[in-house]
Amino acid sequence: MKLRTVAVWSWLAFGYAFLYVPIVLLVANSFNASRIGTHWGGLSLRWYAQLLEDPQILEATWLSLRIAFVSACFATVIGGCAGLALGRNGRFPGRTALTGMVAAPLVMPEIITGLSLLLLFVGMKSAIGWPEARGFATITIAHTTFCLCYVAVVVRARVAGLDRSLEEAAMDLGGRPLRVMLDVTLPGIAPALLSGWLLSFTLSLDDLVISSFVSGPGANTLPMLIFSKVKLGVSPDINAVAALIIGVVTLGVAVAGVVMFRAQRAAERQTG
Amino acid sequence: MKRRGPADAGWRLRLLVAGIPLLWLAVFFLAPYLLVLRTSLADPVIGQPPYSPLFDASGGLQLTLDNYRLLLGDRLFIGSYLESLRIAAVSTLLCLVVGYPMAYAIARSPRPWRTLLLLLVILPFWSSFLLRIYAWMGLLGTHGVVNTLLLDAGLIERPMSLMYNNAAVYLGIVYTYLPFMVLPLYSVLEKHEVALREAALDLGARPLRVFTDITLPLSLPGVIAGSMLVFIPAIGEFVIPALLGGLDTRMIGRALFDEFFINRDWPLASAVATVLLVVLVLPLVMFQRGQARAHP
Repeated sequence: MKLRTVAVWSWLAFGYAFLYVPIVLLVANSFNASRIGTHWGGLSLRWYAQLLEDPQILEATWLSLRIAFVSACFATVIGGCAGLALGRNGRFPGRTALTGMVAAPLVMPEIITGLSLLLLFVGMKSAIGWPEARGFATITIAHTTFCLCYVAVVVRARVAGLDRSLEEAAMDLGGRPLRVMLDVTLPGIAPALLSGWLLSFTLSLDDLVISSFVSGPGANTLPMLIFSKVKLGVSPDINAVAALIIGVVTLGVAVAGVVMFRAQRAAERQTG
Repeated sequence: MKRRGPADAGWRLRLLVAGIPLLWLAVFFLAPYLLVLRTSLADPVIGQPPYSPLFDASGGLQLTLDNYRLLLGDRLFIGSYLESLRIAAVSTLLCLVVGYPMAYAIARSPRPWRTLLLLLVILPFWSSFLLRIYAWMGLLGTHGVVNTLLLDAGLIERPMSLMYNNAAVYLGIVYTYLPFMVLPLYSVLEKHEVALREAALDLGARPLRVFTDITLPLSLPGVIAGSMLVFIPAIGEFVIPALLGGLDTRMIGRALFDEFFINRDWPLASAVATVLLVVLVLPLVMFQRGQARAHP
């Protein structure tokens, strides 16, 4: 019995080591003064300083951040609607279609999604003349589409856990549907919307395959730039970019986690 | 003013709430697939776009099955599909082997720890997928950490080639998809009635017996959901074989990417994608069924 417990726990420890050792080594190496990653040449910020002088990386980062911000906002609105509809509306025409279309992009190979969206944009261009060139707009639309599915899943779970009697009480007291939604439902799902937004932001910032398909010449997102460099092997400035991204994302997730945790606590206190 | 009953109050609002995502997904998710199908039936041409139009000069419909004939007659493509299925299946199995005990341990840990332990599994999923693969390149390379450590320890005399082979691809897939396996497993294992297990133990069942007769069957939905979440995207995986795989790692995602970007044969690439979708239909249906059962 004891031995079994020890075995299970050491397996867990091994699992976490497996998940974290590569990331920790990568971050540690970004502070390595030596160009050759395997030998420690002392603590240094030179690779970070070099980033600031690399216009290519700065430009790609700026493009990626803008796309991530805009598509996270769109995805939160549209995905929030989808989550509300699936969690609250009961039966409605198109429910099955919506359920399927929200679930499918979560597992669909990116390579197919990317190809299909590119064909759409090319088709649209010859049919209605838009988009003129592929870049910011097309990547944003593509990212919104797959991010909104993640938002929908998060919001739907939250809606299902909400106490319905509050909304019903507000309705009975004569609240108009829009008011009830804005004043009662929306604050209830706000934490889910926030974490959906953050999830979308990071997913968009991370996407490589879909962006590669739907972007045009000249529009390079950060992952596209990283990929083109990484294909040639490990390089110290990419280590620094990686460490920065991992740092920012970890911080974002930590904030989202605290917000969700507090909201859950508050909800538990209210009901119990 | 007529008052509507509560049941149909706000139907306009609800129409809007359901309509916006339906419309968006119909245009940007569903319609593009139809275009893939249509392009796969076109001839490749030199020009912009590089495929033949739907109607020829005299207004006749021009569709061809040539791309499919080419595809299904080519041993390289067939081999790529089979290779992808094999690599995805093996990776899924490995994920299950690594992930099941982890999910089990988390589900059996003291309640206050569970959230933290679970969060630690999810956290890497949030940080960049591309960079996590890149991190392994730093470990596995000829001058990578593993080789250096082994050389310094005197265990090997010259660097081993750990990267650019199928084993590295398995490792990469297991590494990046592990959270997708652990999460659904955890949620079924955590739900189990502790009482059921304890009753069995009290009645004198051996721990192994309790596991095989109670825990394992009850966790089967989680096993299926987790496996599908790994298996389906792994089949079409592109980044991992491109960065960690060797020249002999011919996964279909890579073949599609090359056909599209290097050969610029859009119709053939579309045919590759269509056949891939057909291959994916069965696991997708299984996945959807499981989801529908979980959220009725």
